[in-house]
Amino acid sequence: MAHAPTNPLIAPGVHRYSRSQAYAKKALFKKAKQVAPAKAAAPATTKTVQVGGAKNNQTREVPLVKAPRFYAAEDAPVPKKSRKAPRPVSLRASITPGTVLIVLSGKYRGKRVVFLKQLESGLLLVTGPHKVNGVPIRRVNQAYVIATSTKIDISGVNTEKFTDAYFKRDKVEKKKATEEALFEAGQKKPVDASRVQDQREVDKAILATLKKDRILRGYLNASFALSRGQFPHLMKF
Amino acid sequence: MVNSRPHRLYAKGRVLGFRRSKRNVKEHTSLLQIEGVRSTEDTDFYLGKRVAYVYKAKRVIDGSRIRVIWGRVTRSHGTSGVVRAKFRSNLPPRSFGASVRIMLYPSRV
Repeated sequence: MAHAPTNPLIAPGVHRYSRSQAYAKKALFKKAKQVAPAKAAAPATTKTVQVGGAKNNQTREVPLVKAPRFYAAEDAPVPKKSRKAPRPVSLRASITPGTVLIVLSGKYRGKRVVFLKQLESGLLLVTGPHKVNGVPIRRVNQAYVIATSTKIDISGVNTEKFTDAYFKRDKVEKKKATEEALFEAGQKKPVDASRVQDQREVDKAILATLKKDRILRGYLNASFALSRGQFPHLMKF
Repeated sequence: MVNSRPHRLYAKGRVLGFRRSKRNVKEHTSLLQIEGVRSTEDTDFYLGKRVAYVYKAKRVIDGSRIRVIWGRVTRSHGTSGVVRAKFRSNLPPRSFGASVRIMLYPSRV
């Protein structure tokens, strides 16, 4: 919402404050002056070539890119340049590393998972742990997640290797359908051994903390659902 | 389903009708009564949530007779916990009195 101007008009063309008063109100002098960085030298657009002929001055400046021989009769429409830049996604205050989340949608809906960190894309990195409730390390959108008040200590977990690139799928080239390929298609591909190892390493520290608590493991294993007479707006998650 | 444990992840609601005045009906907005919601304050949790009107039809499309009209809770209506919702396509009149699913996402908790 637009706020009231600092220097409003008291009559058309007459401002409430003088120029110096307005400057003092803006308090621009408090801000550090920004020094524009020195611009790098522009790349050359012309080159010098030797030319024959006595009266031709021997050398001549020639543009690197030749001007087009024809100009389009009609102007081609140029798409408008967007000045919008994607802002980093903010994390809800209720979600902090170690928070137990309830997944609301997708294959693992109703499952309770442990939040590890927010990725660059804004998605949340979570893990079941896989051994407890079958949820692997995966990304979820925070809109599809309920943050609970339960928090788990995950200080021993190293999540450095998990980035958005980690979850990118390898492109599989399409093969021509052969008899063998069709038979193979029905079979499940085994999970990459390195991924299994990554999962194990992350879960190891979490499982250790779960061991210290009597009910935490069962809590993560239990799935969330509403039954008759339960209303989500009255719940304290 | 073998699993008899509860697996509902939505609040139940009922379609009351379209938003209307005495003589004019605004089909573009539907009124919903959500179970357990009795006041304007209660509706706050549900604002913006996705709503699904699930119904069955005769003709099979993609191997299923079940169809869905999706919508969103837009705001509260009145003071007794009724909410307004807009659907991608306006609800058919046969939906009046039918139950709708108010999903728990997009979540704000």
